[in-house]
Amino acid sequence: MTVATGLAVATEGLTKRFRSGQLAVDGIDLRVPHGAVYGFLGPNGSGKTTTIRMLLGLLRPTAGTASLLGQPMPQGAALALPRVGALVEGPAFHPYLSGWHNLMRLDAADRTARASAAEDRVRGALDRVGLAAAAGKRYRHYSLGMRQRLGIAAALLRPRELLVLDEPTNGLDPQGTREVRGLLVELAGAGTTVVLSSHLLSEVEQVCTHVGVMHRGRLVAQDTLAGLHARGASRAVVGTPRPAVAAAVLDRLGLADVVVHPPGATAELGDHAPQDVVAALVHADVPVTEFRVSGAGLEDLFVSLTGEGFDVNG
Amino acid sequence: MSTADVALAPGPDEAAALPEPGRAPGAFGRFFRSELWLIFGRRRNWAGGLVLASVPLLIAVVVKVSGSGGGDTFVFAEITHNGLFVALAALTVELPFFLPIAVSAIAGDAVAGEANLGTLRYLLVTPVDRARLVLVKLGGITLFTLAATVLIAVVGAAAGLALFGGGTFTTLSGTSLGFAAGLGRLALVCGYLTLCLTGLGAVGLFISTLTEQPIGAGITLLALTVVSQILDQLSQVAAIHPYLPTHFWLDYAEVLRDPLDVGALGPGAASALAYVAIFTAAAWARFSTADVSA
Repeated sequence: MTVATGLAVATEGLTKRFRSGQLAVDGIDLRVPHGAVYGFLGPNGSGKTTTIRMLLGLLRPTAGTASLLGQPMPQGAALALPRVGALVEGPAFHPYLSGWHNLMRLDAADRTARASAAEDRVRGALDRVGLAAAAGKRYRHYSLGMRQRLGIAAALLRPRELLVLDEPTNGLDPQGTREVRGLLVELAGAGTTVVLSSHLLSEVEQVCTHVGVMHRGRLVAQDTLAGLHARGASRAVVGTPRPAVAAAVLDRLGLADVVVHPPGATAELGDHAPQDVVAALVHADVPVTEFRVSGAGLEDLFVSLTGEGFDVNG
Repeated sequence: MSTADVALAPGPDEAAALPEPGRAPGAFGRFFRSELWLIFGRRRNWAGGLVLASVPLLIAVVVKVSGSGGGDTFVFAEITHNGLFVALAALTVELPFFLPIAVSAIAGDAVAGEANLGTLRYLLVTPVDRARLVLVKLGGITLFTLAATVLIAVVGAAAGLALFGGGTFTTLSGTSLGFAAGLGRLALVCGYLTLCLTGLGAVGLFISTLTEQPIGAGITLLALTVVSQILDQLSQVAAIHPYLPTHFWLDYAEVLRDPLDVGALGPGAASALAYVAIFTAAAWARFSTADVSA
């Protein structure tokens, strides 16, 4: 058994160089285990969408391989893609057709879908994203949020083993964002593997089990959320002439990874409030000469990995 | 009841079942019908149909009001004797430009329109096999072409029969045909022109795979049609005339001879079929490996 078959999504040295010469994706090795909710992070223009297009067989890789649900892509598209729901680079529908007819069109295009249950599938998908009331409205009259919902409904037309969602909450209001997040949690809970791309860390942080970070076409980090948290975790740094005692206090408070590091001690802050830690130290008669919190979580790690916030890579 | 029966029985559970890799019965037909719905459900195309249908009405009314002119060509001169000739006259005047415009609009839209809207990527990840998409698009173009031709013929025949009646159907050979035979000849003309225009549509389908701009693809096809007709007028390039897509179009007039020699339509039919085969294959070859980045 190859590595690929044990994973929902796997790539080996996946590379895309466009005819313009631009190297959009540069030898990435994605590993998405079955059942994972994989946050695919990176600033705009970092190569996420190009990668997703290659995974779905829309673009041919310049080099490297990609496999989706154990099928090589793009060769295995006919076998893999009916089991995959996708939202790629925003929703796209026929403007003069209603939401209902747009979904019927996509359902009719699926040769594995039986006609007899088409209306049930479309109704179910529209219900799921809260568009039932707007089903008969032409797509051109949909708001940005409704369009995004229809795109998600299309991905959910059939039960899927894998969902690949590119920026699914784009254009949604906070209420809609929460609904989509709830939907993803529900789907993931039922065992669906989800690949969720975003340029917003906060969006994926709450739902993901795994994270991959793209920067200028390269996958600069890939880990479980917990593993990444550990790398980006805030640490309490205590300066004191009595490091051993300080370390004992930190340990007693339940802080993880306590390290004696003269002249002081450090530990992972975790959920503890800094002021409580200081109070405990003082209470234990530890002479505190310095106290600070270093590193401020994933956001800082994300920025340090990508070297920028929300700027577009040229 | 065997397990196979259970698995095949349609029911509410079906919507919840995970997709099977197998093909559902009638899947191609269903996709094709959705393509027709896309073409025939679009208001723009109905507006185009109105323009096509207005020409036979215009001809019928003008001839009714003013009578036949002295310098009229055969089909126009025959209108007052048999209303079916309104249909033939309308097809004759719409063939060089109006019908190619209609075909260009639809064929240019075929792949480029879906790419332009972004719906192409969602069709492909559904997944729709690319060869299947090319065939469905070609089928859509063919049926639209047939509909456009028949629309002109039906409106022309109806208006003509209402205003001029269904009298003697005179052939180019000078003989007379019965009403049913005349109607049969008109149907044959429609069939032949549909085939010719589908050849043009296949060229448009190919152009449509080269761009994401449906209007650009349509205008390119229309320009090619006009250039082909111009070249066909230049005796200096007579050697290439048989290869021009529009060269055999006017052969439909052969249908108006008596006795009927269907073989006279052979070269035109062969040319159109060759255009369909070559350019559908070219469209597939180009599209099957194309990067879809729209």
